[in-house]
Amino acid sequence: MIPELGHFALALALALSIAQAALGLFGAQRGSARLMEAAPPLAAGTLLATLAAFGCLMWSFAVNDTSVSNVAANSHSTKPMLYKLTATWGSHEGSMVLWVLILALCGGAVAAFGRDLPSALKARVLAVLGLVGVGFFAFILGTSNPFDRIWPPAPDGQGLNPVLQDPGLAFHPPLLYLGYVGCAVTFAFAIAALIEGRVDAAWGRWVRPWALAAWSFLTLGIALGSWWAYYELGWGGYWFWDPVENASLLPWLAGCALLHSAVVVEKREALKTWTVFLALLAFGLSLLGTFLVRSGVLNSVHAFASDPTRGVFILGLLMLYVGGGFALFAWRAAAMAPTGVFAPLSREGSLVLNNLLLCSIAAVVLAGTLYPMFADILLGQKISVGPPFFNTAILPLAVPLIGAMAVGAVMPWKRARLFPALQRLWWAALGGLAAFLLCLALAGARIGPALGFAAGAWLILGALADIADRLALFSRPRAALARAMALPRSAWGGAVAHAGMGVLILGLAGMGLATDRLASLKAGESVELSGYTWRLDRVESAQGPNFTARRATVSVLGADGRTVTVLEPERRSFPVGRTTTTEAAIHTSWLSDLYAVLGDERDGAAVLRLHHNPLAPWIWIGAAIMALGGALSLSDRRVRVSAPAPKSVRAGEARA
Amino acid sequence: MTRKRRRLNVLLLCGLGLGSATALTLTAFQDNLVFFRSPSDIAREAPPPNRAFRLGGLVENGSLQREAGPDGRPLARFRVTDGASTLAVTYAGILPDLFREGQGVVTLGTLGPDGLFRASEVLARHDETYMPPEVADALKRSGHWNPAEGGAPPAASWNRLDPAARPSNESGG
Repeated sequence: MIPELGHFALALALALSIAQAALGLFGAQRGSARLMEAAPPLAAGTLLATLAAFGCLMWSFAVNDTSVSNVAANSHSTKPMLYKLTATWGSHEGSMVLWVLILALCGGAVAAFGRDLPSALKARVLAVLGLVGVGFFAFILGTSNPFDRIWPPAPDGQGLNPVLQDPGLAFHPPLLYLGYVGCAVTFAFAIAALIEGRVDAAWGRWVRPWALAAWSFLTLGIALGSWWAYYELGWGGYWFWDPVENASLLPWLAGCALLHSAVVVEKREALKTWTVFLALLAFGLSLLGTFLVRSGVLNSVHAFASDPTRGVFILGLLMLYVGGGFALFAWRAAAMAPTGVFAPLSREGSLVLNNLLLCSIAAVVLAGTLYPMFADILLGQKISVGPPFFNTAILPLAVPLIGAMAVGAVMPWKRARLFPALQRLWWAALGGLAAFLLCLALAGARIGPALGFAAGAWLILGALADIADRLALFSRPRAALARAMALPRSAWGGAVAHAGMGVLILGLAGMGLATDRLASLKAGESVELSGYTWRLDRVESAQGPNFTARRATVSVLGADGRTVTVLEPERRSFPVGRTTTTEAAIHTSWLSDLYAVLGDERDGAAVLRLHHNPLAPWIWIGAAIMALGGALSLSDRRVRVSAPAPKSVRAGEARA
Repeated sequence: MTRKRRRLNVLLLCGLGLGSATALTLTAFQDNLVFFRSPSDIAREAPPPNRAFRLGGLVENGSLQREAGPDGRPLARFRVTDGASTLAVTYAGILPDLFREGQGVVTLGTLGPDGLFRASEVLARHDETYMPPEVADALKRSGHWNPAEGGAPPAASWNRLDPAARPSNESGG
């Protein structure tokens, strides 16, 4: 009964979305206030229906209702409750329900918080969100019904891939989807602006928080996925340039460009057409990511839940939304005349450079991700593009981007001179140089990591210099506290996010100095790696809730002979699904990770792979700081007060 | 600066950005594309020396040997077959959890002048029944499996050229 209710709720949500799209668009076109007022309640109704459907699906998983084929294929009665619940979005069908749930949540949020929006704009935004919803509800109901019954019911479920039974991965999809679907809201705003032929500061003020929120969630989602790959897959790496990883990086890059150019629209009313274009692009790349992951066209380690027959439907949706969006753009973009004027060397100019470089990086990643697919289809060649390609192609673009990141932030709007800006950053540059030389002195002639340390120091110190300069910390230290209170949160957020990027790059640079060693040890034997003695004490069997394991005990001794930590890497065998997983053991001191993986056992000896990863945790800490910067900026008073402030106030914020 | 001039500048800058991105992509492609080859491909045409490529096929039954390398590192030796040809592979490292004899495998590495493939990476998927698409394709091309007749034949029959065990021959295909 409950699954049927869920199925009905999905169909209801589809009907409500159709009404939301039709009434919103038609009402706004006709200027009929009554029709336009119907859109917010309809969005709320869609949200309620989708929530009900999601709740029914979750309930089916919680009680392990194996007459539902989705549950039978993806769950098992012995699975811990947390993973039964997270299995709701572990399968293809369930993850699409999560997708539309988040879309409905966004629609509900626009309906609830958009009281100050012009009514026509609000109706059109809700209508476009409804239109996106229609496509995806139809996709779920037509090709991937999560509530399909099977008869007779399976005696028990077939379990979920044990690699996915992990808290990191359980919450990776919701965060990622919040990011993907957040791009749908900026897309809806862009389409509404194209229909109206008008983009102004108020529009920018509305789009920026959504872009910022989507970007922050994407940052967290990508970081969580990368962290999961680091500790769960046991390869000791954190990013593999796998197509599925790239699929999430592409909207991140476009979203990053979008939130920077939305600042220019909001403050200076320039770059309007470009911002609208980026909003279309970011959502297009989100849909492309959904298509690549959900259709199974990529054959990748990460695409656990995929089915090629559905690809055509999503490809159709992709063509419809992106093609339709860009067609509208080509038709209407000329209507949006820029009003803000700026010199190439200015804050706006540096943001244009940022956009250009981010988009170039996105283009390189896109080419590297899609080329193997096209080579396979068109040329019949089996090709893969690996990390060496991305590293060589992206590094030359990343270097100027990082260089300009600190400089652009201290430039004034409209017109700037380079020398005063650089003058503010001289000690950041000095810090970068010191980090470069220090790394060369300590770690030998390793140019890559040394450059990374220099870049990280430059960004962190540059962000500090920016804040110190705004507070007049050195010229008028007494008034600094008062100025700090008065400084808008968005300024703090920007500086924090830039510093977070610096921390992340320090982590990447540290990982460039990582060392590892493979050893076959008997109990009691030990090996040396990067100043530590790693001793294998014993290997024994252990019993988990739904697996059996072989567990090694490895003592790590420091140079003074004291035990630093005891690592217990495992190899787990899951009888349900007959799979084996490797559980790496990690000890972190926040400055470095000691990482051990247990391999095969033979003749009483166990193969161990040992890693020493300097600064590894900083990669994810840096990403978290970036997301924190986004959140800080979102908490800015001006975001909550959505009406545009008077010109005089805005002029006061822009530093001359 | 006039508006026209400025727009031209922006366009030039965009062109520069896109152009450099394209140039970077193309040069990086030239050096870093990794081709997939099956043992038969290599038997037919030797790949360029010292260029990494991906070798895929089935792990020949009974071919896996684990030993300690000269420096005490564990070393795995096995043979990869696509039915028509086989190639010997060495790999220093921990084999993935789902590496089994008779199952599909994709390895990344270089072919030495001694005809030995030195793998730097071995990929096996987290699924027992999974067949890497490249491997499935290589098996089809070597004429050992007609996908129209259902799933791939049991791996044990792939070890040697054994016409009696080739289902495609039995059905005259």
